[in-house]
Amino acid sequence: MQMHSLAFDISHTLAGGLVLISFMMLYQDRLYSLLNVFALHALVLALSVAWQAYVQDAPHLYVTAVIALVFKAIVIPVALHRIVKQLGIHRDIESAVGIGPTMLAGMGLVALSMVLMLRVTADADPLAREDLAFALSVVLLGLLVMVTRRNAVSQVVGFMSLENGLVLAATGAKGMPLVVEISVAFSILIAFIVIGIFLFRIRERFDSVDVSALDDFRGERR
Amino acid sequence: MSPVALQMTCVAALLGSAVLAIVLSRLGSATAVVYGATLVVSLIALIGSIRWLLGGTGGATDLTLPIGLPWLGAHFRLDALASFFLVVVNLGGASASLYGLGYGRHEHAPHRVLPFFPAFLAGMNLVVLADDAFSYLLCWEFMSLASWALVMAHHREPGNAKAGYIYLVMASFGTLALLLAFGLLAGPAGDYGFTAIRAAHHTPYATTLVLILMLLGAGSKAGLVPLHVWLPLAHPAAPSHVSALMSGVMTKVAIYGFIRVIFDLLGQPTWPASVVVLFLGGITAVMGILYAMMEKDLKRLLAYSTIENIGVIFASLGLAMAFQANGLKLAAALAFTAALFHVLNHSFFKSLLFFGAGAVLTSTGERNMEKLGGLIHRMPFTSFVVLVGCVAISALPPFNGFVSEWLMFQAVLQSPELPQWALKIMVPAVGALLALAAALAAACFVKAYGVAFLGRPRGKSAETAQEVDRFSLAAMFILAALCLLAGILPGFVIDALSPVTIEILGGRMPIQSNEPWLSIAPIAESRSSYNGLLVMVFITLSASLVVFFIHRFASRAIRSGPAWGCGFSDATPAAQYSGDSFAQPIRRVFGTMVFHARDHVDMPAPGDTRPARLRIELHDLIWEGIYQPIADAIGYSSERLNRLQFLTIRRYLSLVFATLVTLLLVLAIWS
Repeated sequence: MQMHSLAFDISHTLAGGLVLISFMMLYQDRLYSLLNVFALHALVLALSVAWQAYVQDAPHLYVTAVIALVFKAIVIPVALHRIVKQLGIHRDIESAVGIGPTMLAGMGLVALSMVLMLRVTADADPLAREDLAFALSVVLLGLLVMVTRRNAVSQVVGFMSLENGLVLAATGAKGMPLVVEISVAFSILIAFIVIGIFLFRIRERFDSVDVSALDDFRGERR
Repeated sequence: MSPVALQMTCVAALLGSAVLAIVLSRLGSATAVVYGATLVVSLIALIGSIRWLLGGTGGATDLTLPIGLPWLGAHFRLDALASFFLVVVNLGGASASLYGLGYGRHEHAPHRVLPFFPAFLAGMNLVVLADDAFSYLLCWEFMSLASWALVMAHHREPGNAKAGYIYLVMASFGTLALLLAFGLLAGPAGDYGFTAIRAAHHTPYATTLVLILMLLGAGSKAGLVPLHVWLPLAHPAAPSHVSALMSGVMTKVAIYGFIRVIFDLLGQPTWPASVVVLFLGGITAVMGILYAMMEKDLKRLLAYSTIENIGVIFASLGLAMAFQANGLKLAAALAFTAALFHVLNHSFFKSLLFFGAGAVLTSTGERNMEKLGGLIHRMPFTSFVVLVGCVAISALPPFNGFVSEWLMFQAVLQSPELPQWALKIMVPAVGALLALAAALAAACFVKAYGVAFLGRPRGKSAETAQEVDRFSLAAMFILAALCLLAGILPGFVIDALSPVTIEILGGRMPIQSNEPWLSIAPIAESRSSYNGLLVMVFITLSASLVVFFIHRFASRAIRSGPAWGCGFSDATPAAQYSGDSFAQPIRRVFGTMVFHARDHVDMPAPGDTRPARLRIELHDLIWEGIYQPIADAIGYSSERLNRLQFLTIRRYLSLVFATLVTLLLVLAIWS
């Protein structure tokens, strides 16, 4: 019982930490620091998944944790760093919505997902309940990052933190087969490649990765 | 081979001919091959279904094919109702194929018609045979799409693209209504077989909804006012033998759907439902024929007349529902037989008249009757059979139209036996509407025939008209003979229909073949009876006698001299009575209210040499009052929503995000 309670607390802390790091992402206005926070996000995710693997006694989840650690915490942030450097946009400061309202909206979203998840899953395993509520918060915050940013790189980061939320939800539930996780990981990788290529194409054509350049090209005003 | 397997084999053969038509369509002989094949197959299916109907004791036979939904399969069933409608479908199919053998030669784009013609026939056969909701809807859609393709065969002609578009929209709307109706019928258990639906109990709420949805779904296909708007556009746009099939047969398939669901699947009808059907039928009959009366285009006139006949059939079905709801089996069987008889009759004479219109179109290139005239001298055979069709559709004895309308009015006269006051008042009122429609129909066809076939040619094309080929004439003569036969021997038809009434209503009309001298007595001889043969003999004899006496006792010498021209010795053909002038009295009486018709006379001042002009202003109030506002609303809102096409990526993301959050909020508040 004591052990169970400790396991619960640790996984709770890790998931809560993930939500906290999502909040940190909301107010980063430099691209490098955003990427660093994202790497931290993926690291905590990897820890959380590993802890779940240990608690649930499911060794295949270690694979997922390693995937998260290698790809999301190391490969992708490093690659994005290089992209930002190549594009020469590391000094850009950008945010479409002010930090204050964004943080307030983020708090509202977390409250919403708590209220909703705790009520909907009233008779489920308490560990899975909390985990799902946190995962939904991470997903919504990732979406919020995508919506409030104007730069394509930060939108990519928002998208990937959203994926982290999905992985958190998938590992929280017992008995999720490895196939699903691998496919999730690969989908992220593919999305990253595609978006990376698109970034270069956009850059080539418009000399900027600010997506408003696309809007200007279409003759629209924001 | 079981009867249903025979019918399904015929359907397969029709689908095979459709494939064959695709392969052959560029060859010169394709027309003869395809129409020959459909003729043979339709005849086999026709004989099979007639034998089933006359054999009478066969009982329904089922066939399940392992296609369609995996847990359901495709069920097909041949019972009395289905076999009667198969007779209608395949008789129409056979005659249209025979006609097509000749008419199809003039088709300038046969590859647009040939593949779809057998497919259309197959679709109609399948709808009648289907025994589960899924197959029914699938075949219904197949039939609609095949006929749509045929409507669009001449898509470059002005107006046809619009006709096809409106047809497509209305057909999708109708299928949506049918889909919802079958969904309600299947209920929460979701068993889509007709056997299960028949056995299930339906709540009054669901029954009412199903009735409304069927009136929308089957009614839009059949042409009930105000859902008829596509029909006078689409039916004339197709090649004439296809117009004949669409008007004469496809509308009947829609009526089959209505009967199948309302009488068969839902079980006992209720009397308030019958009031709705009666009312819609009466209004449809009068509106349809008033529209027809205002029409100049021969094929559109026929299409509008189809709407009138659909109204007559629906009114008879409403009568049958009213009697059945009150347990008056005999009267219900009478009204139901009248409806079915009229279905058969209308398929005969409407096909015949569309064939006639097609013959006129082939030889003159004209559909506008104001440019025709005098065709009786140039196309004597066509003129004769079209005259037969006009007399039959005007419900004059001794032809078939009279018998079915007479039976219907006999049923109307049974209305005092109904206990509800609403029906006691409603039925005679609808009877009056139907009588009005019948009289207007006669006027309408006097106009159509008189203007197009009598008088002097109004144009070059009418002057140089030639008689059409033998295949077309053969098809028309066969249908004309059937009109006469069904008119003078109605007792046999009524007896042949009795298995259907027994199956659907559980009652039947008295056996007619026992009546002396081939007369028919729907209730009892003491009340009313009719003998078509006797009427025909009387008409023939008296007319012959009159002709004989005139020729015998009047001056036998034939003198020819100049006709008296009222002082205008060389009147142009344009000075003849035109269709518009013939319709003027009716336009004045009814059109002022129904169409907001106005005559504008532009009279030049004295001394001015320009001609005076008479302009007629007509409004289609149903189009302007119902469809135009809907079209405007859709146009307006799509104009507004168009801005959504040009948002920024971030705005799209925000929209997705906002939608997600809203849905979650809804869930959080209501769960």
